[in-house]
Amino acid sequence: MGRIVLNRDRCKACYICVDSCPKKVLEVDEEVNILGYYPAKFNGNENCSGCAVCARVCPDMAIEKVFR
Amino acid sequence: MEQLVYKKPDSIRDDFKITFCSGCDHGVAVRLVAEVLDELGVREKTIGIASVGCSVFSYDFFNVDIVEAQHGRSMAVATGVKRSKPDKIVFTYQGDGDLASIGIAETIHAMTRGEKVTAICINNTTYGMTGGQAGPTTLLGQVTTTTTQGRRADINGYPIKISELLKEIEGTAFVARVTLDSPQAVMNAKKCIKKAFEAQIKGLGTGFVEILATCPTNWKMTPKQAHERVRGEMSEVFKPGIYKDKVSEGK
Repeated sequence: MGRIVLNRDRCKACYICVDSCPKKVLEVDEEVNILGYYPAKFNGNENCSGCAVCARVCPDMAIEKVFR
Repeated sequence: MEQLVYKKPDSIRDDFKITFCSGCDHGVAVRLVAEVLDELGVREKTIGIASVGCSVFSYDFFNVDIVEAQHGRSMAVATGVKRSKPDKIVFTYQGDGDLASIGIAETIHAMTRGEKVTAICINNTTYGMTGGQAGPTTLLGQVTTTTTQGRRADINGYPIKISELLKEIEGTAFVARVTLDSPQAVMNAKKCIKKAFEAQIKGLGTGFVEILATCPTNWKMTPKQAHERVRGEMSEVFKPGIYKDKVSEGK
């Protein structure tokens, strides 16, 4: 089981990570962040394998750490 | 026991603020360069050259010393820095409007001299920072604020194919064109950027990587559509691949 640390105030809501995640453990948050976007959110699903694909494609470096 | 598999590269400042638009590939490119600097262990002796364009804020991201060059003169400034400090690792981070338009003379001459520097060029087929005007790499038929009916070959000319042009120059040691449209492409891009730095470290000549990037704001697309454009329309004209690789030949 993997885990990511996502800084929601860095996210600019491009959702490339949501589209790229092979296990679909990322979703769109319902609350806006400090920048006024609806950021991506880690839904805590156990399926996360810690592959770090989300971190590699994130243009805003909002995904700060990935654990496996 | 949890194992850390990814963290923000050390070559990115802790207090960085991303100044790019949502979904812009610039952020990924900056991170890849930083990861390569970390992996090669050259951060403490690296000097970056920032250019003019969206890439102008390089000094806000990279945790290395940065010199800000005038528009297009990054390769000329890099030449000066490298020749006065030959033990340093010098790289430029430029857009296509900077490197291939106003700076094409500096770029070609620096590479003809075989300067031991690395050039990273972000090609997004437009002038992103100033509002989406036609650039040297704008595709035929592409609508921009200065080619409102689409770029026409008889009026505006053809797009410059930077990598094809620079591979013919004898001073270049590594020339590649990469994309950032998928996780696999990002991994490949990182390998190419690393080789471009190795070309410099081994003293073989100039390392050059052209990155096909998106500009969702000025293309008026979503980030997903923009990546599809890179895969389709852009990759047909600007074919990704390694055009020249003296780094692997020498092994």
